Amino acid sequence: MKKKSNWPLTVLLGLGSIMILLPLYMTISIALKNPKELAASLFSLPIGLHFENFVNAIKATNFFNAFKNSAVITVITVVCTILTNSMVSYAVARNMKKKKFFKFLYFYFISALFIPFPIIMLPIVKLSSQFHFNNPGGLIFLYIVYGISFNMFIYIGYIKSIPLALDEAAIMDGCNAWTTFWKVIFPLMAPINATIAILTCLWAWNDFLLPLILLGKPSNMTLPLVQYVFQSQFGVDYNLAFASYLMALLPMIVVYIVAQKWILSGVTNGSIKG
Amino acid sequence: MENTIIKRKKRREISPIIYFMTVPAFLLFFAFHTIPAIQGIFYSFTNWNGLNPTYTFVGFKNYLDLLKDARVLDTYIFTFKFAIIATILVNILSLTLALGLNAKIKFRNFFRAVYFLPNVLSILIVGFIFHYIFANVVPDIGKSLSIAVLSKSILGNKDLAWVGLVIVAVWQASAMNTILYISGLQTVPGELYEAASIDGANKWQSFRHITFPVIAPFFTINMVLAMKGFLMVFDHIMSLTGGGPGRATESISIMIYSSGLAGGEFAYQAANSVIYLIFIVTVSVVQIRILQKREMTFE
Repeated sequence: MKKKSNWPLTVLLGLGSIMILLPLYMTISIALKNPKELAASLFSLPIGLHFENFVNAIKATNFFNAFKNSAVITVITVVCTILTNSMVSYAVARNMKKKKFFKFLYFYFISALFIPFPIIMLPIVKLSSQFHFNNPGGLIFLYIVYGISFNMFIYIGYIKSIPLALDEAAIMDGCNAWTTFWKVIFPLMAPINATIAILTCLWAWNDFLLPLILLGKPSNMTLPLVQYVFQSQFGVDYNLAFASYLMALLPMIVVYIVAQKWILSGVTNGSIKG
Repeated sequence: MENTIIKRKKRREISPIIYFMTVPAFLLFFAFHTIPAIQGIFYSFTNWNGLNPTYTFVGFKNYLDLLKDARVLDTYIFTFKFAIIATILVNILSLTLALGLNAKIKFRNFFRAVYFLPNVLSILIVGFIFHYIFANVVPDIGKSLSIAVLSKSILGNKDLAWVGLVIVAVWQASAMNTILYISGLQTVPGELYEAASIDGANKWQSFRHITFPVIAPFFTINMVLAMKGFLMVFDHIMSLTGGGPGRATESISIMIYSSGLAGGEFAYQAANSVIYLIFIVTVSVVQIRILQKREMTFE
């Protein structure tokens, strides 16, 4: 059943994708121009390749420090989220029908999805300065804890598709719940763990609100927060500003280009199984 | 016989390890999510400004004041209007894109990758980039075409600033919804289309009677999630307008953040966030009810 490719539609989608790519092309070209070239023509290719914009932006925003903060926060959040949230979801999924407590846990975590963050924002600011978790460590901790209400939703859909017979066989072989999970079930969850890893990574890397209210110290700031804080200092030096934006966006773009196939199928898996 | 009963009993019993795996998560979530929420409700009945060591209880005064506050009403109207328009546009656009990207086209994987790209970018930084476009690029084009409205930044225009916000919101959010719709379209069995075309159904008829009913649950989820996300709009506004000009684009989240933390209205905004919670839950529940009824009638 081989049908011919639909060329008019292909062209239409090609034109549409210009809407996506044009702002990104502009970002790259402004970042590489100097103010004179920018004033002369906006859309032309950069001629001079003014890499000094990047050097200046790195100096002005202390880029490598912010990059390090974002990277550390994202990596630790992703690893810990997968290890803990998958385990909690497994224990809840397998015991929901046996005991009311676990059914309660399920609805407790899921219903938190509907609670808008602003309602806890003001008290969290107070708590964080009282208990000193207004730093990257506290931020990571909150990501892992808050992530569970959404992640459990996705995980449980997947865990239900893993046959219970595997658990029973493992128990027969002398495993307890802990070793059953880590030795038998967890390895089978790789596809859904990939989905959760991608979504958590995007959240932790791009989040702005939680860092904004938790991280006061400039040396602790993440990449998006730094762009916000330096907004007034960039002023009308657009070339410097765009060099800085581009460097902040680039790590995720590179990750996306490398792992693109994997990311798309990961997100699709999550939505069908979830 | 006795043996199996014992076995069954054993299976019913829940090992302490299971509690060890779940209870800490429950306690942590309770301490850092539920307790702050309760605290927020508690403060909403006081007059605390967030800084003073003392405060007194004022009963429902904050709530009564909120109902009379025109500034608060404006933020709700603005947020609701923004969310409805953005939700509808995102869903129309992403369903259209999903149909296109699911069809037999050339470079399908390349196009899917391109259309998902905005989802991996920080909304805040995307907002800064579009700020430049609205403030510098669009006016240049407007001037050369001598269109008066476009020759100045729309973000500085009280009546048009929200359009800029909607454009950025749709640009960014369509990526995720498109992928969700594509995964919905992949659950539609191909034989149905063949049967329909044998019966002489045209493209629109097979979309209306086959595709849409099958992906109706995806439509519900996308509508609800998009609406909820847009009702909490924050990053877009922080990078594009800061709530201005004046207070023209001040959303509820922005107001709670700026007046609650820096404006000395801690308790007042805590009460506002309780109303906000009720507002969001009500909208979501009403939406789910209506959309699920639709799902049924389509079958």
